[in-house]
Amino acid sequence: MTSLMDHPSRGETIGYSFSQPTAAPVKEHSFYPYTDNGGSTLGITGSDFAILAGDTRSTSGYNINSRMVPKVFKIGGDDETGEGAHILLSVVGFAADGNALKERLDTVVKMYKYQHGKSMSVGACAQRLSTILYQKRFFPYYVHAILAGLDEEGKGALYSYDPVGSYEREQCRAAGAASSLIMPFLDNQVNFKNQYIPGSGEGHALEPKKAEPLPQETVKQLVRDAFTSAVERHIEVGDHLQVMIITKDGVEEVYHPLKKD
Amino acid sequence: MDKLVAQYSRPSHQNEFYSEQEQQDLSESTPPLSLKFNLPPVDNSSAFLRAMTDDHSNPSCPIKLAHGTTTLSFRFQGGIIVCTDSRATAGNWIASQTVKKVIPVSRLSRGEDKPTNEPTPGLLGTMAGGAADCQYWLRYLSQQCTLHEIRHKRRITVAAASKILANLTYAYKGYGLSMGTMLAGMTPQEGPALYYIDSDGTRLPGNLFCVGSGQTFAYGVLDAEYRYDLTEREALDLGRRAILAAMHRDAYSGGFINLYHVKEEGWVHHGFDDMNPIFWKTKLDHGEFSNVTSEL
Repeated sequence: MTSLMDHPSRGETIGYSFSQPTAAPVKEHSFYPYTDNGGSTLGITGSDFAILAGDTRSTSGYNINSRMVPKVFKIGGDDETGEGAHILLSVVGFAADGNALKERLDTVVKMYKYQHGKSMSVGACAQRLSTILYQKRFFPYYVHAILAGLDEEGKGALYSYDPVGSYEREQCRAAGAASSLIMPFLDNQVNFKNQYIPGSGEGHALEPKKAEPLPQETVKQLVRDAFTSAVERHIEVGDHLQVMIITKDGVEEVYHPLKKD
Repeated sequence: MDKLVAQYSRPSHQNEFYSEQEQQDLSESTPPLSLKFNLPPVDNSSAFLRAMTDDHSNPSCPIKLAHGTTTLSFRFQGGIIVCTDSRATAGNWIASQTVKKVIPVSRLSRGEDKPTNEPTPGLLGTMAGGAADCQYWLRYLSQQCTLHEIRHKRRITVAAASKILANLTYAYKGYGLSMGTMLAGMTPQEGPALYYIDSDGTRLPGNLFCVGSGQTFAYGVLDAEYRYDLTEREALDLGRRAILAAMHRDAYSGGFINLYHVKEEGWVHHGFDDMNPIFWKTKLDHGEFSNVTSEL
C-alpha cells in the first residue's frame, strides 16, 4: 500500500485516459516580481537651488491604487519627518523597490553622519546610490531614480540613474511614465535646444541660444506646466503634484492639485 | 643609550619589502572575484535577467537599460586618440545625449579635479554596451589601479590594468554583463598602449579599435585614412571624422563628439562638441556627405 501511494507516476502506469500525467516535469511558474506603479518625476536645477517634483498617483494596470503616494523623499534627515535633510531622492517605477531603495540610501547617509561627524556631500551620495543600484545588477530594482541637492559650491546638483546604476549629472531630467512627454519640453525650455537668436544670421549661420541657469520662479512654473500637460495626455499621471525645493535654507515642500480623472 | 637607540631604530631596508604574510594578504585582497551580488530566487538567473532587461530579444521588456554607442581609439606616432559619441538609448528612446563615454582611470596621480589645459596622468577607458556595467567596473578598476600605485610606488601598466578588467569580465562570464571597452595609456615601460576588453573575457592589444553599434561605419573611415605617421592635427581630425560618419549612419549613435589625446605626460581633452554644426561644416566646406542636400 505504501509503495503504491509513494509511486510518483501512478496515473501513467495504470494508464487511464482521463488521468493527468502526474509525472510531467515540474514547470516553474514564470517569475515576475515587478509591477509598474506608473507616475512621473521631474528635476531641474538652478544656480542656487534644485527642484524635484513628482505626481502622487499610484496605479497598477488600469486601476488607481491610491491618489496620495509621494515619490519624492528627503534623505538623511534627523527624524521621521526628514527635518534637516540636505539631499532629495525621487523614485519612479515599482514603488516597493523604490521604497526599499529610499530606506537603504537614507540609512547609508545617516550612518555616514554618525561615523564621520559630518553630513555626506551630494557627490559622494550620488556615487553611493550608483553602487547600491549596481549591487542588484542581476536582480535589478525596477526604478528610475533622480537625486538632488546642492554641491560644494552651493550650486544646484541633479543626478539621474538607470535601473542598474549608470548615472550622470544633468541640468534637468524627467523620469517615469510621462518622461517621453516631459523630456522634450524640458530640452527646449531649460537647455534651449533648437532655439536660435533671432536675426543672428541666415540658415546655418543662425546662432543657437546659450543655455543658462533659470531663476527659481521660472523653474517652478515650468514644473507645474510640465505636469498639467502630462496629466492631459497620460492616464498614469494625475491627482496631486508634490514639489520639493532645496536651497541653502533647507527643503521646502509644496503640494498642488492636478486633475483627478 | 645604544640599547635605547637600537630599540627604536631599525635599518631602513627592513621596510622595503613585504613580509610573507603581507604578500599573501595583498594577493588575496586583489581582486575579490567572489560574487557579492544579489541574485533572483530562480534556477536560471541569467535567463531571468535577459527576460527583464534585454530589449533586443524582447522589445517589451520592463526594465530598459541604457545602451548603444560608437567609440574608437587608435595609436599613432604622437600617442593615442580616443573619440566617442555621447548618446545612450533605452529601446527606441534616447535616454541621454550628453553621456561621458570616456572615463579616466587611476585617480591618484590626477591631483586636482579642476579642469586644466595641462595633460592629466593616468589611463583612459571607453564605454560601450551597458552604461552601468562600464561605469561600475571602470570605477572598480580605478580603485585597483590606485591601490597598485600606493603599494608599488609607481603607476600601473596598461597591460596589467587591462588584465585586471579581463579577469573580472571572464569571472562573470554568462551572468549577463555587457561591455566593450578600450583602455589607453602611456607608461615608461610600454610607451603608448591600447587594449580592447569585452564582457566575453576577450583581451586584445592593438593599434586601432572601434567598438559599439556604429563600429563598422567608424572602421570604414578609419581604415581608409589611417597611417601610423599621422600628425597630431590629422589624427585628431580623423578621430572626429570617423565618429561623425558613425553618428550619421547609426541611429544608436549621436549627440556630441568627445575627443581625447593620450600623450607621454598624460591625457588631454580636446572638446565635447555638438555634432550638428560639425556635420554641416564638414559637408559645406569639404564637400563630403554629398548624399545630404542642404536645400529643402
